[in-house]
Amino acid sequence: MSESVGGVSTPEGPTAGDGPTRDTERVERAAEETARDSGGALALLQTTAGRSLGLVVALILLCAVGMITAGDRFASYDNMMTILRLAATIGVVSIGMTFVITGGGIDLSVGAILALSSVWCTTLSTQTMAEDTHWSVMVVVALLVGAGCGLINGLLIAYGGVVPFIATLAMLASARGLAEIISNRRTQIVHVQAFKDSFNSEIFGIPLIVVIFVLVAAIGWVLLNRTTFGRRTLAVGGNPEAARLAGIHVKRHTVLLYVLLGLCCGIAALMLVSRTTTGSSTHGTLYELDAIAAVVIGGTLLSGGRGTIVGTVFGVLIFTTLTNVFTLNNRSISEQSLLKGLIIVAAVLLQQRLASRKGNT
Amino acid sequence: MSLLPIKKKLGTGLVAGLAVLALAACTSNDPKSNSDNLAGGTTAAAQGSNDAAGDKIVIGFSAPAADHGWMGSITESTKKAAAAYPDVELHVAEGTNDVNLQISQVETFINDKVDAIVLLPFDGAAMTPVALKAMDAGIPVINVDREFDDPNAARVTVLGDNYGMGVSAGTYVCQQLGDKPDAVVAEIAGIDSLPLTQDRSQGFKDALGTCGLNVDNRVAADFTVQGGETAAANLLQAAPHIDALWNHDDDQGVGVLAAIENAGRDEFFMVGGAGSANAMRSIQAGDSVLQATVIYPSTQGADGIKLARLLVQQKALSDLVEVEVPRLVQLYAPVVTKDNVDQYIDTAFES
Repeated sequence: MSESVGGVSTPEGPTAGDGPTRDTERVERAAEETARDSGGALALLQTTAGRSLGLVVALILLCAVGMITAGDRFASYDNMMTILRLAATIGVVSIGMTFVITGGGIDLSVGAILALSSVWCTTLSTQTMAEDTHWSVMVVVALLVGAGCGLINGLLIAYGGVVPFIATLAMLASARGLAEIISNRRTQIVHVQAFKDSFNSEIFGIPLIVVIFVLVAAIGWVLLNRTTFGRRTLAVGGNPEAARLAGIHVKRHTVLLYVLLGLCCGIAALMLVSRTTTGSSTHGTLYELDAIAAVVIGGTLLSGGRGTIVGTVFGVLIFTTLTNVFTLNNRSISEQSLLKGLIIVAAVLLQQRLASRKGNT
Repeated sequence: MSLLPIKKKLGTGLVAGLAVLALAACTSNDPKSNSDNLAGGTTAAAQGSNDAAGDKIVIGFSAPAADHGWMGSITESTKKAAAAYPDVELHVAEGTNDVNLQISQVETFINDKVDAIVLLPFDGAAMTPVALKAMDAGIPVINVDREFDDPNAARVTVLGDNYGMGVSAGTYVCQQLGDKPDAVVAEIAGIDSLPLTQDRSQGFKDALGTCGLNVDNRVAADFTVQGGETAAANLLQAAPHIDALWNHDDDQGVGVLAAIENAGRDEFFMVGGAGSANAMRSIQAGDSVLQATVIYPSTQGADGIKLARLLVQQKALSDLVEVEVPRLVQLYAPVVTKDNVDQYIDTAFES
């Protein structure tokens, strides 16, 4: 299992002039990572589970607050599904975002891509085609639009040399602009009954969009933790130069990461279209910030090189549960935003302390 | 040393946990907010028998983010209206322009089995499925301002009158300019692609037509102060002489008035729209070209609460013969001038 993907051992940070202590640390961490790969129970606790432990505690505390303040209204099955349905859309986007951030990038255009996908798959012509043939036409269109936008982002960043912040900022503006042009700023209503029925169905009492969220999370976890693609992502994000020297196609890999995120946006768009039975250029406003926040409090390093799908899922669940507890207790959204900000700052401050202490020890 | 990381990781949990505890500290219920303006925050109407306390009811209310003076006032006046009734407990889930989140807020109301839901959707069509779900669950939905695309999704709909706003503004302009058939009339619209803007402009045009006037210059802004300033500056440049000007929205009107001031123009009179408090103060003082404004009530949510209460407590609108609360309430768009401004200024919104 301990293959020589060198980048994994240098997950975070500056390359030159760290001194020997830093190197020792790296070797240790590399060993840690390797041990995790081979499934050592203790090592596992020290890494993945350890990292997520804080989040689990936070979520449990949050649930406890929900139970105390709202009792059965919080703990009911219906309410759990309400939380999960809310989490599903932003969750799928956040999982894609985890890959891009782990790979050293950032994507500000996810909300706009989601809007464009939702509009494109609900245009009159798409719906007519879907009614004539099969509702899955809408699914294909949404996924293609999402992946296509991701491809443009990726190409601009990897081969055009545009920094991710600017490239995706441009996509943010133009994708939403195009969505407005296509929809003429009107809300497009879905008439394809088969599409609505399929997406709003339940599997063993669990709404389909929640099932999709769980599937995407599971696939994302396997992809990041159990495949070469995942290890390459860590390597590219941790130290692109080392990754290149190790023989990884850094540029091609970067493009793939953005396509993957675009695809996730397409999936999220379908979820939102089915939930609202509309496509609109206003869908997904500010989702980029929600997704980045969830990824960051989950423990993925914003500078790249370390990522955790489990952490991201917890990050999303913490924010959506927070929203739910606030709604149940009739508290204002302003207080909630304030607390959300505090949680983000606390999580990032801890992360930074973690990183700098590692540098010193 | 190898244990250090896990300690730090636990630290993350600790801080997050503290944040959660902080949340717990602020989830107790406030005492009823001070209710110095108890008459629903809306009218000074005499307390009728319908206001007598009935069964205790819970109403859920959800509205978009208050990113505009008018919208801010919607939530504020709704809360005031509910606070005026000791038998109404209001659950407010305000402030989101994310339909996904607004849907989940309404789902929470459904789970809670509230007695009624007053809903001003961010997007009427997008909120229709969840409103239908609420109606199916036996919870009456009162749809405010932005209509659902399925009439079955609401028991009562409270709407403003955009076309009527245009008619009121046009009629007022006709009254002022009726004897001058070649007078120059200008119009500054809101966001042009919105149906509500098109309705307002159509009403204005139709009303002007009845006295042989037409819109000579028309520009569109975007409901913001900045947009109003830009649009008005362009308009004033294009039209060297104007007799009357209608501006669709008093929030953007702040910018329009600034542009007029900058250009030093005062040969015309201006009519506003929506009815903000500072527009009304300006009309009251008579210190600018703004002579009148047309109201688009920001108290629709408050009316929604009152109707929801009647509905659940099985009362009727006592001045009507009907036994049941009506299906649709469309509000009138009155013209506010110096003569009647005192009547309206208390319910105007601060932009």
